[in-house]
Amino acid sequence: MARRKSKLKGIEKCPTGIRGLDEITQGGLPRGRPTLVCGSAGCGKTLLAMEFVVRGITEYNEPGVFMAFEENAQELAKNVESLGMDVNDLVKKNKMAVDYVHIEKSEIEETGEYDLEGLFVRLGSMIDQIGAKRVVLDTVEALFAGLPNEAILRAELRRLFRWLKSKKVTAIITGEKGESTLTRHGLEEYVSDCVIFLDHRIINQVATRRLRIVKYRGSQHGTNEYPTMIDETGLSVLPISSLGLTYPVTTSRVSTGIPKLDTMFAGKGFYRGSSILLSGTAGTGKSSIAASFANSVCEKGEKCLYFSFEESPPQIIRNMRSIGIDLEKWEKKGLLKFHSSRPTLFGLEAHLVTIHKLAEEFKPHAVIVDPITSLTSIGETVEIKSMLTRVIDFLKNEKVTGIFTSLTAAGNAMEQSEVGISSLMDTWLLLRNTEIEGDRKRMLYILKSRGMAHSSKVQQFMITNEGIKLLEEAK
Amino acid sequence: MQTAVNDKKTRKQTKGLKKEWELRLYVAGQTERSVKAFLNLKKICEEHMPGQYHIEVIDLMKQPQLARGDQIVAVPTLVRKLPEPIRKIIGDLSDTERVLIGLDLRERS
Repeated sequence: MARRKSKLKGIEKCPTGIRGLDEITQGGLPRGRPTLVCGSAGCGKTLLAMEFVVRGITEYNEPGVFMAFEENAQELAKNVESLGMDVNDLVKKNKMAVDYVHIEKSEIEETGEYDLEGLFVRLGSMIDQIGAKRVVLDTVEALFAGLPNEAILRAELRRLFRWLKSKKVTAIITGEKGESTLTRHGLEEYVSDCVIFLDHRIINQVATRRLRIVKYRGSQHGTNEYPTMIDETGLSVLPISSLGLTYPVTTSRVSTGIPKLDTMFAGKGFYRGSSILLSGTAGTGKSSIAASFANSVCEKGEKCLYFSFEESPPQIIRNMRSIGIDLEKWEKKGLLKFHSSRPTLFGLEAHLVTIHKLAEEFKPHAVIVDPITSLTSIGETVEIKSMLTRVIDFLKNEKVTGIFTSLTAAGNAMEQSEVGISSLMDTWLLLRNTEIEGDRKRMLYILKSRGMAHSSKVQQFMITNEGIKLLEEAK
Repeated sequence: MQTAVNDKKTRKQTKGLKKEWELRLYVAGQTERSVKAFLNLKKICEEHMPGQYHIEVIDLMKQPQLARGDQIVAVPTLVRKLPEPIRKIIGDLSDTERVLIGLDLRERS
């Protein structure tokens, strides 16, 4: 055959096991080479490095050496204990070696030529002792504070990184961010195969973490700043939109939960795996319609995950019971799962990661986010839009139907969704209250619904104690 | 490792008032630099503290595990265990003035 499949493999990768990081690096760090991880104090460098070693052992059976220059072994072990990493146990099993290198400048007197062979010996003996495949030096720059002769130190660091390569270990070197350079002492000059930058900043009083691949020689990588968070399982990076628009589609349908509403969508309801926006001003019935959908999902024995940013689960259950929808029984059966949190509790990243994680664990068929507009209190429109893009991409990839409610502020144009996300949505259902002859009437209509015939009627509906009822037969 | 060091310390401390130097020279292999450091050290000791010193040479190539206990990074490193406090004199010991300061034989100027 004339057509030749690309045989060029590119460089070999070493998976970190850190959620999301392997996706944006397309497989992990460059195997057998050093990677520089830099950022300001508290950005999570040490944690990333520690996870690299610990997950290397627990997930890939690659022993690792952690050489710390700033914290001693006990402190290190203690710090990551709460993240479920048992360093002492791994050391006991001879899978991990930890060494604390400390130089007290006041103890040192310099008298002529020297080299850093002592460091090499220590590192080398640990690597040989456990057969290490991974090495971390955290933060080797601390040596600059301890040793007076910078020229020797620089020459030796250069030798160290070459030596690490010759040992065929995949290494992470961490470095503190400098004023105008990536690292305070310019380590990026010596470690240039892969450079990862971590950032930790405060936006609107909410701490926000970001990760960026500054460079990755010989490999493609995502170039964005990726939201990152640290939780009880360690570091997570959110990959996201780099995935491109390649999600699977299906023609199968799911009921809206309201029979007559289904008829407005050619009698069948939403597409499975599509994203649906329910927008309207306060009190137009957004949550009720969302709950009807959740109810019908569970009735079919499928699972639904409900994110609420304004109400607690008991309140939702109570309110929906008043319109004849019993969500509690589904929750008890394990088909419905609520997750309620105040938007301001954490940054957007954290919400995003929570949605990801819960969705991965619970494996729902449908997800409800009620309402997305609450998030405007913690982020800029652009950020919220990018976050939602990520959520939607993720859900679509998993073929999960997503319902997002959006509150239109009074006075805004009805067709303007607050966070400008309508273009991300496949189906848009608009709800409004109209006053006719002294009565408030509830109306809904389908503003758009991609890829299917749908009713163009403005349909009146009522919220009764037996659920939502559309008033007349819709066509 | 740590206990061994402590044992020695107590033993030496109970040894009376005569000033003694307990020195440990860390090298990595029989390199030109390590030989030079040893000869420099020997000479200084003979000149300034004859009969009052003890030198232990540790080759990290043979006993790499010993590098940790004394926090050795640079090689050669001369560790002054006694008199206290601990001092580390790094380099080939060719700068005699500084070695003397490090050994507590000369005031820091």
